[in-house]
Order: sequence, then C-alpha cells, then structure tokens
Amino acid sequence: MPVVDQNPKARLESNGSVFRLVLSGDWVLQSGAPSFHELNWDPLQGKKGVGILEINGRDLGRWDTTLLPMLLAAHNFCEEHEVSLNLEGLPEGIRRLFNLATAVPVKTDATHAEDEPGFFRQIGNWAMNFRQGADDWFEFIGRLFLGFMRLARGKAQVRMRDFALVVESTGAMAFPIVSLISFLVGLIITFLGIVVLIRFNAEYYVSYLVGYGMLREMGALMTGIILAGRTGAAFAAQIGSMKVNEELDALRASGVDPVEFLVIPRVLALVLMMPLLVIYSMVVGIISGMAIANVMQNMAPEIFVKGLLEAVTLSDLMLGLIKSVVFGILIAMSGCLRGLQSGNDANAVGVATTQAVVTSITLIVAFNALIDWIAAIYNV
Amino acid sequence: MSKEALIRVENLTMAYGDFVVMRDLNFDVKQGEVMVIMGGSGCGKSTLLRHLIGLQEPAKGEIYYGDTNYTQSDPDRRQKINRRFGVTFQQGALWSSMTLEENVAFTLEEYTNLPPEEIQSLVRSKLSLVGLRGFEQYYPAEISGGMRKRAGLARAIALDPDILFFDEPSAGLDPLSSKRLDQLIMELRDSLGATIVIVTHELESIFDISDRAIFLDTSVRTITAIGHPKAMLKDPPNENVYRFLSRDATKPA
Ligand SMILES: Nc1ncnc2c1ncn2[C@@H]1O[C@H](COP(=O)(O)OP(=O)(O)OP(=O)(O)O)[C@@H](O)[C@H]1O
Ligand SMILES: [Mg+2]
Repeated sequence: MPVVDQNPKARLESNGSVFRLVLSGDWVLQSGAPSFHELNWDPLQGKKGVGILEINGRDLGRWDTTLLPMLLAAHNFCEEHEVSLNLEGLPEGIRRLFNLATAVPVKTDATHAEDEPGFFRQIGNWAMNFRQGADDWFEFIGRLFLGFMRLARGKAQVRMRDFALVVESTGAMAFPIVSLISFLVGLIITFLGIVVLIRFNAEYYVSYLVGYGMLREMGALMTGIILAGRTGAAFAAQIGSMKVNEELDALRASGVDPVEFLVIPRVLALVLMMPLLVIYSMVVGIISGMAIANVMQNMAPEIFVKGLLEAVTLSDLMLGLIKSVVFGILIAMSGCLRGLQSGNDANAVGVATTQAVVTSITLIVAFNALIDWIAAIYNV
Repeated sequence: MSKEALIRVENLTMAYGDFVVMRDLNFDVKQGEVMVIMGGSGCGKSTLLRHLIGLQEPAKGEIYYGDTNYTQSDPDRRQKINRRFGVTFQQGALWSSMTLEENVAFTLEEYTNLPPEEIQSLVRSKLSLVGLRGFEQYYPAEISGGMRKRAGLARAIALDPDILFFDEPSAGLDPLSSKRLDQLIMELRDSLGATIVIVTHELESIFDISDRAIFLDTSVRTITAIGHPKAMLKDPPNENVYRFLSRDATKPA
C-alpha cells in the first residue's frame, strides 16, 4: 500500500481566458484524490472557442493511474465546451497514458442497456416474453418429437453414454434423499391422520390414508420435486455451460442437432428412472406409516396391512406410476430447455438452473392437478 | 482468377437485435483459396464466421455455397452442407465430457462406417499433426488454452472437410507452434485442396498464407478492402487498412 506523504490537491487559477489547473501532492491509489467536479468550472464554460486550460504538474509528487480520471474529465469538459487543453506541464509518462486512453474514440452507438422501462413498457415486455416463452416450448416439443421419430427409425444421433450417466446419477445417488423424504412424508401423513381420526374413533383407517396418499399423490409428487431440484437443475447447468463454452455451436457446426443429441437420452433416462424411484418412495412411505402407527397407537403391522389392502387397488398404483412418467418427462424437458436457452456467461447458467427448478416444480404441480382431475372424471 | 466461387456472400447485413455489426457485405471465396478475414477487435469477424456456418441468421442478404442458397435452405439441406465444414472456435469449444481422442473421433464415428481401429489411427495422426500425440486420454479441462485450440483444429480436420473455418487459430500460441500451424494450413490447401476461411490477427500469417483478404472496417461498418494483403499495403485503398497492416497505432488525424 503506497504511503501518502502529501495529500493530493487540485486548484484552479485563472488569468483572462487562460485557466490553469494546478495539481500537487501524491496522486496515488487510496490517497483520496479530489474529483473534477469539486472544482468550480463555471467561469471557463463561458469561454467557448477562446478558453485555454493548462494543466500544471510542477508540484506533483508521486502519481499513478489515479491521476487519469481527472485528466479524462478535463478532456471531456474541454471537448464539450470547445476549450483547448494543454497538457505540456505534466510528466511525460502520464501524458503517454492519457494518449493511450483517448486513442480510441468512445463508441456512442454501442450503448446497449436500455433505461428502466416504464410501466406499460414493462407490461408489454412481459407479454412479449410470455409469448416468446410459449413459442420456445412449442418449438422445443416439436423438435423433440421429430427427434424421437428419427430415433424410432434408427436415424437419430443420440449420445447413449449420457443415458447411462443420467441413469446412474438419478438412480443410485438419489436413493438416500428419496428415502429420507419419503420416510418423513409417510410419518407426517400418519401422524396427522391419527390426530384427526382418533376423534372419530377411526384410527384403524389411518392405513387407508397412508396408502392412498403415498400411491396416488405423495410418492410421485415428492420424488418429482426432489429430482427437479437435483437432476433438472443439473441438466440445465450441464447444457448451459456447454452453451457458454460454444460446445453447442460446435455440435451444430458438425451437423448434429443438440436437441436430439443431448435431450433425448436425458428424457429417456428419467422416463426409466422416475417410476422405479417412485415405487421405492411409495414403499418407504408406507413402511414408515406402519412404524409410526405402531409407535403411536400400538397398531400391529398386520392390522395396518389389512386396512391397506382393503383400501388401495391396482389403479391407485397405476395412477402414481403414470404421474411418475409424466413428471420425469417434464423435469427432463424443463431442465434441458432452460439449459439450451441459457445466456452466454456464468451468471446466465445460474439463472438457467434456477429457472429449470422453478419451471419443473410449477409444471409438476399443475400436471398433478390435471391428472387428478382426469382421474376423477373417469372414477379412477 | 478462373476458379469458381465456392462461397458467395451477397448484401449481408449482420445484427444483434437493433445493433448492426456490419452491413452490405459482398465477397466471394474461391475453390481452394485461403481467405483471411481481418479487422480490429470487436469488429464482427467471429460474427461473420457464425453467419457463414449457419449459427446465426442474416438480418438481410444471402449466403450461397456453389449454386445453393444456404440462407434459404431448410435445416436438412443445411445439415448436409455443414458436414462439408470443419470449424474451429475462438475458445476451442471442445466437448468437455469427452477426451481429446473422443472429440476428434466424434464426426468420424457419426458420419463414416470405418472400423474402430482405423478411426483410432486416424485420430492419432490428426493429433500428431497438431503436436498433441500422447494426450489422447486427457479431458479438455486438463490441458492448456493453447493446447485446446490445437485440439480443436485436429477435431476440425478429422473428416478432411473441403471447407475450413478457423477463428483465430494461432492466438495464444507460441511463435513456433503458430508457424507450424501456418504450415499445416498451407498443406491443407495444397495437398488436400481445402478452401479455408480464416480469422487472424497475426500479420505474419496474413502475409504468408493468404491468397486474398477482406478488411472489415468498424468506422464505416462494412468491407473497405478486398485483395492480397501485400497489394493492399503497397497501394492502400484507405488509411485504416494501411494502419492495420503497418501496425501504425497513432490516432487518426
Ligand atoms: N451475443 C451478442 N449479443 C450482442 N452483441 C454481440 C454479441 N456477440 C458479439 N456482439 C457484438 O458484436 C460485435 C462483434 O463481435 P465479434 O465477436 O464478431 O467480434 P470479433 O471481430 O470477432 O472480435 P475479436 O477479434 O475480439 O474476436 C461486438 O461489438 C460485440 O459487442
Ligand atoms: Mg472473434
């Protein structure tokens, strides 16, 4: 850290239309250099065309690039007010730096960030974005569909090693978290069920509740949400960083469609793994319910199972499995689409990952309701 | 020159949203020539390459390959044309989940029916051409930036494509590797008859390898010079070209 012996100072002197900016002291980083606007420039503004600004550095101590902002501000001021600038009183080195800094003119047509848009503009933007988002989804679904058609004809270029990798990471590695969450969900359903049912002397029916709950709703829902956070996010991050790294461009340039190549194996992997994980989750949830009922109410496991078998049917299981497949497709598609849509920097990959999770959870909840509604219509 | 134009660019305007990068570009690239794209940093050279290989759509204008209007072609047709390309990207753009060997082998596996041993020996020979023999099993994250660019080059020439696009292949390489790269490019043209479009800042390479060059000028946002760079230097069509080719960094008057 530089030691400041003398505080940096700037003083403005005038003599007719010749103005002199006298710089003194040590202009080094962290010395708290004065800024251009602290001085009173009004008198010089009136000297359009005739004014001269001389910068004098005779008493300048040590200096570094801290001096540059002052000079550039003076330069801009002089250009703007048509006053000539004389830097001859400055050390050679800082003059060279100044020349470099002003060598390339400021690019005026490159200003890109728009000002904060007004209210109606924002609504307009929002509507346009929504429209664009929907278009992107339809296009993506269409291309994925075509990809699957080509796959069926054996013509698709698909990375089957990705399939294996995803199966591995969603399968083996998701087990602990799915176990834990399913156990807790089973516990919660049982606990709540007993607290309510005991008022009607109907604790026996708690197994109905756990059975329906895990098979029809919670198994698929909780597993879906876990995989949205784990796998969907991972898809978005993988594909997003491939985009940043121009790897997707390299694929396209080699005549390979990234949608086909990267998305199909991921969708297939989740379509395979989701049902397996969901069945596992159902089993864990039900066992957990059985255990809690036993602890809280001394309900024997045989009685619990008896109640369970009275209640649930194969169609409840099928409903859960259909949901699991649908959720798997939704998670894989949201993750991949958000990754493909990602912007071109590290920050954008983070945003894409977050969006992937939000999108897939939203879609899971919405489709869950839709499927339940259809099931109710057909009395399933 | 009597040779046919392989790539023809007509009235091409390139833009990002409302921001026009370059407008009204007209030039062609002839069969078997090395065409250098020159211009200051940020002037739109990479953007032009991305247009030529179909990664970006023109705001206006047309690109032809032979008699085919590439800009108006459907995706299938474009994909077919794209398979004649070899492309390197400014940052290498190797596929990070594959080893160098797999990166180079990829298009060979996708588009040929060669047996694995043959693919392997082809891959090794391509890697030797760029001085990377012995790194077959490395992942892109495990090698240096310059090595990645060279590996990208090996990948681009895997299929012996007839049209090559290189985006600053020698930036970040030491003088010797860079010289070897120039030799390789000349060999690709002379022995394999490839047509090469290359973006480079290396003046020495520009003078050595180019048959013709175009100069993209940011100040007027279009091409201000087409021809051989030596001729451009001798008889500069405008001041910016002269300053670029003679490294004159003083302020314009
Ligand atoms: N994704 C993008 N969105 C908006 N503008 C962009 C984008 N990419 C590039 N640009 C703009 O387009 C212009 C040209 O960029 P390009 O990458 O083609 O330059 P270049 O000539 O390749 O430069 P360099 O020699 O530094 O690689 C730049 O001014 C840049 O600001
Ligand atoms: Mg570039």
